[in-house]
Amino acid sequence: MTRNHFENKDFYKPDEPYRLLPFRFLQFDPDRVLVVNEVGERLFLKNEDFRALTTHQLRQDSESYRDLRGKHFIFDSSVKASLSLLAAKYRTKKAHLAGFTKLHIFVVSLRCEHSCHYCQVSRVSQDRTRYDMSSETAARALDIVFRSPSQQIKIEFQGGEPLLNFDRVRQVVEAAESKSKLLGKSVEFVVATNLALVDDSMLSYFRDHKVLISTSLDGPEFIHNANRPRPGNNSYQTTIQNIRRTREVLGADQVAALMTATRLSLKYPCEIVDEYVQQGFRSIFLRAISPYGFALRTSVSTGYSMEEFLRFYRDALDYIIKINRAGTTFVELYAQLLLTRILTPFATGYVDLQSPAGAGIGVAVYNYDGDVYASDESRMLAEMGDKTFRLGNVHSDSYDHMFGGALIRSMVASSCVESLPGCAECAFQPFCGADPVFNYATQGDMVGHRPTSDFHEKNFFIIKYLISILESDPDVRRIFWAWVRNVPVNGLLRWGAA
Amino acid sequence: MILHSLGNVRGLKSAVIGKIATSPEQREELRKDLVLLWNGNHPPEDSRGYLAVLSSNATPGWELNIPIVSSVSGLDYLSDGDIVRVAIDGFVRTLYRRNSPHNFILMTEQCNSYCLMCSQPPKKTDDRARTHEHFRLIDLIDPSTKELGITGGEPTLSRDNFLSLIRHCKKKLPCTSLHVLTNGRLFSRDGYAQELAGIAHPDIMLGIPLYSDVDSEHNYVVQARGAFDETILGLLELAKCSVPVEIRVVIHKQTYQRLPQLAEFIVRNLPFASHVALMGLEITGFVRANMETLWIDPFDYQNELRTATEILDLAGLNVSIYNHQLCVMDPGLRRFARKSISDWKNVYLKECTGCILSEECGGFFQSALCTHSSHIKPFHVA
Repeated sequence: MTRNHFENKDFYKPDEPYRLLPFRFLQFDPDRVLVVNEVGERLFLKNEDFRALTTHQLRQDSESYRDLRGKHFIFDSSVKASLSLLAAKYRTKKAHLAGFTKLHIFVVSLRCEHSCHYCQVSRVSQDRTRYDMSSETAARALDIVFRSPSQQIKIEFQGGEPLLNFDRVRQVVEAAESKSKLLGKSVEFVVATNLALVDDSMLSYFRDHKVLISTSLDGPEFIHNANRPRPGNNSYQTTIQNIRRTREVLGADQVAALMTATRLSLKYPCEIVDEYVQQGFRSIFLRAISPYGFALRTSVSTGYSMEEFLRFYRDALDYIIKINRAGTTFVELYAQLLLTRILTPFATGYVDLQSPAGAGIGVAVYNYDGDVYASDESRMLAEMGDKTFRLGNVHSDSYDHMFGGALIRSMVASSCVESLPGCAECAFQPFCGADPVFNYATQGDMVGHRPTSDFHEKNFFIIKYLISILESDPDVRRIFWAWVRNVPVNGLLRWGAA
Repeated sequence: MILHSLGNVRGLKSAVIGKIATSPEQREELRKDLVLLWNGNHPPEDSRGYLAVLSSNATPGWELNIPIVSSVSGLDYLSDGDIVRVAIDGFVRTLYRRNSPHNFILMTEQCNSYCLMCSQPPKKTDDRARTHEHFRLIDLIDPSTKELGITGGEPTLSRDNFLSLIRHCKKKLPCTSLHVLTNGRLFSRDGYAQELAGIAHPDIMLGIPLYSDVDSEHNYVVQARGAFDETILGLLELAKCSVPVEIRVVIHKQTYQRLPQLAEFIVRNLPFASHVALMGLEITGFVRANMETLWIDPFDYQNELRTATEILDLAGLNVSIYNHQLCVMDPGLRRFARKSISDWKNVYLKECTGCILSEECGGFFQSALCTHSSHIKPFHVA
């Protein structure tokens, strides 16, 4: 520690030539290459800098060199800090894996009084014994749910229309409450319902048991009613009226809505967004029709190409950004998910876009008849007659067999983007995920073929679009941060204005 | 205000640390920790049991049977409960002022770094033996004190001393926040961070400087090879065991250019930081020797400061700007400015006369009187 002079800068310069750490890249536009490291940190390089980097000719005194060093794309004298930081961030990004299956979907009834064109599964039927989950099945399923090592359990009721079998909903909620208390776990509930059958006693039950509501709203009346036929053709009026009642009892933020885009919807991105804003929603999830169930059979009237959907998505997103710019906080949820991965080091729990895929290890579906599926899409496929992704049945198979068996293992092995052809070298890999069920349903095998995949086309397009508008407009960046942090845009727009 | 003074000492065999009493304490049994401040022309009637008497007078011929330090000047600001150390050579140093929010313990003057802009240049004297005086000081500090700094040198150099000091603070000052200024390097070593966390101090924060996202640049500023790696690994260890940390960045000619990249580095790598402080340069210590290397008019780095502050703020980090005058700052950054200069250090310039914001402004370090931004101007009522 004895010293009495200062060393000059050169004394601390790297004393070794640089070496590369793992990263992926993309010619983002004609002049720039986007490089992305293993944990999703990104940097734009001019073409000549990228060439210099990869041919080990980058000058150590250049700004690009320092940028690449600071974001762990390269290392020189020491790699200790970089490797420890990368490891910490990698663990953080994959933290959702630690708890195993968190989301458990109960299909308490396949029956529904709606007959939506794009619905994958529902039946209009009075046959309760055939299409409703029995009390024994529900009890067995719940035993399986609580075998999951996850400390946080989320139970989602789906259908069909789950309120057609409300007794089963109550049974599961109350049993899950007491089981979670006994095991020291937390449990939350969501009911996915069209709300047509909701009554005051159900609403006060949901309020008392902190059950969240997820409903469907496809846009303004003419779109919603066209997409979602029911007797009387009044789905829109019923939905709006019941959203209002539900909010009054449960509180405004306890009701979320989902939209599914049909061919008709594609023409009205702004009108659909406006409808959500007018109805007091703070977010929207712009979803394409899934290629399963009845949707596939009726695809001539309801379906469209991914390219058409993405044009719709982009127009709707641009319009949503415009609304935010004017000071109203309104979030597109798929963008929010991707932006969390692009902008932060944190993990995201969304099961449909993970690596390995969330099917089975993040979500499980307990069908009305006791069959257990690896995902919602898996049971939709089953309704079409293909039970490939059936993990077992609650009455005949053990937890270990269903959640540790050959099927779930091969799904995991086939859904790591780190090793999938086409994904392994993709610059967007750290932001993306895989869906073996989608690949199987659309392309015939779990691995799939990226160049012709709708799943790839969608995610690649949206991620690239988000990154490009994020980089080019400071207010868009501020809006996106507000979404990621769940804070009002007003505090962040025109940041730093005096 | 000066925090030390030299007097003529009589009857002192070893240094004492005691609490100031500005008027006589009637009960003799309560006097054993007190130093009586006595400016009367005659000796106090009853001086039994005090540690010492301090007087600004010459005190000729006073016979008190306890140590007397006479002719000490400049200590009029002392009030009841303040703590002083009186050395055998008559050197009186104020260690603690009850009414100041800026009290700190100077743990050691040794350091394992040698920062270009160190305000408290390290010395190599072995001062580990001083630890018992720090303990004594902690015993005397008013337990209602809100915050206490622990600084150096590098306060963590002696692991045993540092950890036992923190333990002692927890025991004696359980309601006092501790703010430790450390380079964090030693926490990269086996179990140090875990041991600190194990003490479970209810309110501790480690302020750790980081000067660049690039190791060689940070190492140059702190003049130590390998320091960046150690600080980063130390931060990760502290985060692992949930010890709150604050990142401190001193802005100068060697650090301002990559301030935005450093901000992004913090967002990505150190999102657990409770606070990020972006600080102006204090012209003192080594800075004087390195002015050419370090000085840049803060007016000239407002773009970088603004970009960095936005990056941190958008990401939801808690960010403050210290040691900057409001008139030099980008107006959009004013809400991040904190009045941070210790009350015994801050002054205003003649250019500040008539400024309506001087109360909110930190003003200047005393040391800035010779070198400061050339854009200082008063705010007037609009």
